Amino acid sequence: MSTIQESAAETQAATVDAPPKKAMGLGRTASWVMLIAFLILPLLVKNFVIFQVTMVLIYGIAVLALNILTGGSGQFSLGQSAFYAIGAYAAAILIEHGGVNYALTLPAAGIICFIVGFLFGFPALRLSGIYLALATYAFAVAMPQLLKLGVIEHWTGGVQGLVVTKPDAPFGLPMSQDMWLYYFTLAVSIAIYLASVNLLKSRSGRAMMAIRDNEIAASAMGVDLSIYKTLAFGVSAGITGVAGALGAIAVQFVAPDSYTFTLAIALFLGMVVGGVGWLPGSLAGAAFIVFVPNIAEGISKGLSGAFFGVLLFAVIYLVPHGARQAAIYAETLFNKLRRS
Amino acid sequence: MELFINQVLAGIATGAIYACMALAIVMIFQAIDHLNFAQGEMAMFSTFIAWQLMQWGIPYWWAFLLTLIISFVAGIVIERVLFKPLAKAPVLTNVAGFIALFAIVNSVAGLIWDFTIKQFPTPFGSSPFLGSQLISTHQVGMIGVTLGLLIALFLFFRFTRIGLAMRAAAAMPESARLVGINTSWMVALGWGMASAIGAIAGILIAPVVFLEPNMMLGVLLYGFAAAVLGGLTSPLGAVLGGFLVGVFENLVGTYIPGVGNELKLPIALALIVIVLVVKPNGLMGHTVVKRV
Amino acid sequence: MTILLSVHDLRAYYGQVQALHGLSFDLNEGSMTTLLGANGAGKTTTLRAICNMVRSTGAIQFEGKPLNGKSTENIVRLGIAHVPQGRGTFTTLTVEENLQLGAISRKDTKAISSDIERMYAHFPVLKQRHTQQAGTLSGGEQQMLAVARALMLRPRLMLLDEPSFGLAPLIVRDLFNILGKINREDKVSILVVEQNAQLALEIADKAYVIETGRIVMSGNAQEIANDESVRKSYLGY
Repeated sequence: MSTIQESAAETQAATVDAPPKKAMGLGRTASWVMLIAFLILPLLVKNFVIFQVTMVLIYGIAVLALNILTGGSGQFSLGQSAFYAIGAYAAAILIEHGGVNYALTLPAAGIICFIVGFLFGFPALRLSGIYLALATYAFAVAMPQLLKLGVIEHWTGGVQGLVVTKPDAPFGLPMSQDMWLYYFTLAVSIAIYLASVNLLKSRSGRAMMAIRDNEIAASAMGVDLSIYKTLAFGVSAGITGVAGALGAIAVQFVAPDSYTFTLAIALFLGMVVGGVGWLPGSLAGAAFIVFVPNIAEGISKGLSGAFFGVLLFAVIYLVPHGARQAAIYAETLFNKLRRS
Repeated sequence: MELFINQVLAGIATGAIYACMALAIVMIFQAIDHLNFAQGEMAMFSTFIAWQLMQWGIPYWWAFLLTLIISFVAGIVIERVLFKPLAKAPVLTNVAGFIALFAIVNSVAGLIWDFTIKQFPTPFGSSPFLGSQLISTHQVGMIGVTLGLLIALFLFFRFTRIGLAMRAAAAMPESARLVGINTSWMVALGWGMASAIGAIAGILIAPVVFLEPNMMLGVLLYGFAAAVLGGLTSPLGAVLGGFLVGVFENLVGTYIPGVGNELKLPIALALIVIVLVVKPNGLMGHTVVKRV
Repeated sequence: MTILLSVHDLRAYYGQVQALHGLSFDLNEGSMTTLLGANGAGKTTTLRAICNMVRSTGAIQFEGKPLNGKSTENIVRLGIAHVPQGRGTFTTLTVEENLQLGAISRKDTKAISSDIERMYAHFPVLKQRHTQQAGTLSGGEQQMLAVARALMLRPRLMLLDEPSFGLAPLIVRDLFNILGKINREDKVSILVVEQNAQLALEIADKAYVIETGRIVMSGNAQEIANDESVRKSYLGY
């Protein structure tokens, strides 16, 4: 038992380490440190690690999207995997059937998912809390089955899925495909992160948060509930779609069973571990869902599920409010050290 | 017409499974105000315990009773050890805890009893009921037990002091403390009861779906759907929802062309969503008046 | 006269914010005592601290025994009934179930139904509505239900938080008359927090004035009512 606890504590330390930099990154210096770390990282590690960190960034975008919906507007979704799947398939089909440049598929995937999400937001208007969770969950469960439908098999490749060609670095840049894709993903992530922060700070963002905190009061203050709630759904779905498209390009493969309900659960866990409503935490949450299953598998193959559960418990006991709480601890500690 | 009646009957038979599960889900929702995602896995584990006891030569009904007691105690222990520390944590953190519990229980069951499918006995026999091929005596027994359980729960919550205290603690925890109710223990008791009801559900379901660590995955999905459809605040609604989902699913599979087994669940869920859009609190749930 | 409740150097905190700054007072057995003060003075916090519903330090003794460290439900079981602000009605349960809940911690289950009848005698409107969902009652009816529910505990001490809040003046007068009757006839000591100082001083025998978390004045209700500064600040004449 002691080994479990030790390893749990270690992982904890790992998840604690990353976000505080970002928390202080609200102060400018640490953001730069973080950025520089991300920029030089690929030069120091193997291709496989680069790929893993790329996946962290991609899931980070998807978790961030969920954070905008749940943390921003207080709506709860278990259906993010469906939007992720739509984004991934949109990119794969455009690249493989349409010969579209991979970079252009991202906005396309984003727009398609925005529209689907926006439309989905309408029935969602009538529902809240657990009922909304069920509706989105139905969507997530249905998605893999819909992708397998015979009617669209010509485009989707049915159960087999589609293979996506990995892009080379442009302009003859001397870097591996993995490295190029990493930088590409990094650039997209930064753009989306900055846009999201600004969105939540904007008038629309404040309207959404007012809805989250007290729907009735918000509507009494003149916030149009239906517009902002559906908008939050649309924006969240759109960003998730971009993540899905990036994911399809990075993994070079899309298939219905990659986008089951398990993915939606993983994204949800990422949000909780990162801290609901705290955008920088999305990255910590994504790191959790990418690395911790591997760590659990490393401890014991047969009991990997159990160890994953134990690690998850360890995290939520130590920091029930997620990485955000860890960041606050770290910041107070840092300030104390500086003063003494 | 005969096809229709037969499909409805078959739907009621599978619906009994969902009803059982939904009842356990609603029970714990009443007590803790959260949906426990690990409920199905706990039920599966209980069923394995019953199976193990029978393997050791304990007769069916004794094994049944022992399993109920073990599950009841285990439910309380899980709450005291794992979830009491999270009582003040945000709701979504608790949901993450349920997912962690899910992973642990599933994985441990797989390690102890492996993933091969096991037969599970039924006390009701499995001959056709009144000559119908679609519904067996076991399924009728299952429906009977579910309804019996429902009545027992109704009586418990309606007419006992502890049942009243549990309802009060779930509805308004702070007021409940102010009349001297130990709300924390009421939650633990809710876990124990839900765990025991889950065990009954598992034991009834196992002869139909066979025993293995993933047996509850599908059932849980339908169980949730049924619970939400019926209105999460009403045990009667949960049972009704269970039967409705079963019938829904069967009729969709029979009458809508091109719907294979895979699409039955999504379509059933879609129908539920439509019902919810019309009646946002479920069929039997009561509206909670919100004050600003 | 024996002291039923004594509070000494009570300090209470909401997170980092301190709401009470060393507040002390006593309540005599059988008395009706009122705490007066403006919004935010710390009246509600004082009642909540007695029932351990807010983080606090200091010594609180009930019948000579310390309450510190006891959980809310165990404090209630000692015979302290608390009618919180907002009444704490179990809105989804029936009126009768609300009354039964008031007595849920009592051991003498046989006497409960006769007590319910007694409550119906005090508050006839509750009898008319006994099968109705409590959430559907009007504000005044809910306040009566809350008082009745508290009495079902057969308390030694009743803590009332702003019983007049949101009620029409006539109903308030009614309610206070009943409270006075309960105090005299059932020998229930009452600690009542009120903004309606005039009314509270009329029926109370003792009064304390709280300002920013401290007791600034104490005495017989009569004396307090005649005090010039109190008259200006709280009575408005």
